Amino acid sequence: MRKFILDFERPVAELEEKLEELKQLSSAGQPDIAAEIGYLEAQIEKLRVHIYSNLTPWQRVQIARHPDRPRTLDYIEAIFTDFIELKGDRLFADDPAMIGGFARLDHVKAMVVGTQKGRNTKENVMRNFGMPHPEGYRKALRLMTLADKNALPIISFIDTLGAYPGIGAEERGQAAAIATNLMTMAKLSVPIIAVNIGEGGSGGALALGVADTVLMLENSYYSVISPEGCASILWRDNAKAPTAAEELGLTADKLLEHGLVDTVIKEPLGGAHRAPALVARDLKKALVAAVRRHLTKTPGELVEGRYARMRAVGSFESAEEAAEASE
Amino acid sequence: MPISEWFGKNKNDNNGEGRAEKLVIPDGVWLKCDSCGEVVFHREFERRFKVCPKCGFHAPLGALERIAHLIDLGTFNEIATGIVSCDPLDFRANKSYTEVVEAARAKTGLAEAVVCGSGEIDGRPVAFLVMDFSFIGGSMGSVVGEKVTELFEWAADMRRPVVSVCASGGARMQEGMYSLIQMAKTSAAVGRHASTGCSYISLLCHPTTGGVLASFASLADIIVAEPKALIGFTGPRVIEQTMKQKLPKGFQTAEFMLEHGQVDMIVPRADQKETIGRLIDYTTRDVG
Repeated sequence: MRKFILDFERPVAELEEKLEELKQLSSAGQPDIAAEIGYLEAQIEKLRVHIYSNLTPWQRVQIARHPDRPRTLDYIEAIFTDFIELKGDRLFADDPAMIGGFARLDHVKAMVVGTQKGRNTKENVMRNFGMPHPEGYRKALRLMTLADKNALPIISFIDTLGAYPGIGAEERGQAAAIATNLMTMAKLSVPIIAVNIGEGGSGGALALGVADTVLMLENSYYSVISPEGCASILWRDNAKAPTAAEELGLTADKLLEHGLVDTVIKEPLGGAHRAPALVARDLKKALVAAVRRHLTKTPGELVEGRYARMRAVGSFESAEEAAEASE
Repeated sequence: MPISEWFGKNKNDNNGEGRAEKLVIPDGVWLKCDSCGEVVFHREFERRFKVCPKCGFHAPLGALERIAHLIDLGTFNEIATGIVSCDPLDFRANKSYTEVVEAARAKTGLAEAVVCGSGEIDGRPVAFLVMDFSFIGGSMGSVVGEKVTELFEWAADMRRPVVSVCASGGARMQEGMYSLIQMAKTSAAVGRHASTGCSYISLLCHPTTGGVLASFASLADIIVAEPKALIGFTGPRVIEQTMKQKLPKGFQTAEFMLEHGQVDMIVPRADQKETIGRLIDYTTRDVG
């Protein structure tokens, strides 16, 4: 049984409960239920396809935040071998909301960094729900610089509601830590592949996202501001978050359409937590392909390419064009 | 002033804020300071670039006023002009994004939330950018990101120091991820400029938060702040909501940031031009 059911999944969950009851009756010797079970199973499948094929942006945000969703460490375990975790920013602390270390992708030596949410409440408290402090970003930067020194490709996993908004984080320069990552990642001369596996919350996510290839899982989101934050600013009402999610264009398919990410990796119906091994297999394929492609480039090509990639992002037109269009 | 207004005011005596707003006197000779409530000469207030002569409160300055304040008269030449934002997400809240931008243009007379150009500070050539908070909260969307990037690239080519003056609520929501990526784009441009050996001086004004503080504004060689300016990554309202607790007094002010090593100095408006000029002098190699 699944532990956690999202609101829009409830109709399926109810049918599944009924199915469970029927199966118990059947195993208790009740005859002639087989047909009914088969019928119900077909109904459930139909309903699931219907619900999960028509997900709204807000429903995808909820799947991205699902407590059973695989985390960075789950993917590291599934995709990489020989992981050696490295810790600490050498300045203040080790931030458990950010992890990283050496790992092998097939036979390619690499550096992995990523935000890490807990798999349960206790671990979530320890990992600050995956929201890094400045020391987390500085640790990631330290490891990425180490990768640069050793010519190792960098794979970064993004899954955070955002950089932690706390007093200590402000005191220790959260903004400066993020800004430094953005500037330094642009200069690194090794391939950087970023993959958004869940939540891509604003600057705290982008601080791992300056990359040569950006992958997104189908139900992950990437946004300039959380839907709740946007709703509270624009409508003074958190309950408008679903509307904000629509307006922000934060889903993987929308961002692919705008050319802001490179590849979207399919998830099974209902989300990555329904078949983590399958998602890990597909993600690995995409990572291997991306790393291979970028490893053929010279350091200069990588740096120039990454700069040009970001340089090209913007939605504007010349004032004359705009004037003509409005005439 | 009509006597009836005096009566109206007395009723609101306990409400200091409401009073300060209402007391801006239309004939422009006097005005009431938004901070201390003292009545001051309008001309005196303007002559000090909107610093209250009684309490030293620094009222907000627009982009053009900042240029007048910091750049030598007649030396400013605007660059990175001629682009306007699109509405890539067809963003609609109470108003469409297009309407929001048009209203901001009409209100401020500016094309966007940043003005970039070349100019001189006490005879020293600089590349200069200034943000205007009254244009959609000084937020950074595609156009702001592009203009800032162009300025840093131009300064790198010309081997000029950059001086930026920021007042911004952060990345502009209405352009979604396009806005967020401007943080990376501008930061990368700062990095390229820095690698030419030229210096960058950032003046943080009230308020500088979010995506602008977490990108180019924090990447300067020297960071100067205006007295009492709100400076922080997350706005205090959001922190209070998240933390469910009252924040310490003075949290996220320029003074707090100075104490925590996040800025080099706090410089009142009257001394800013001279100080920035001296800093440029120290960070520019002497020729010959």
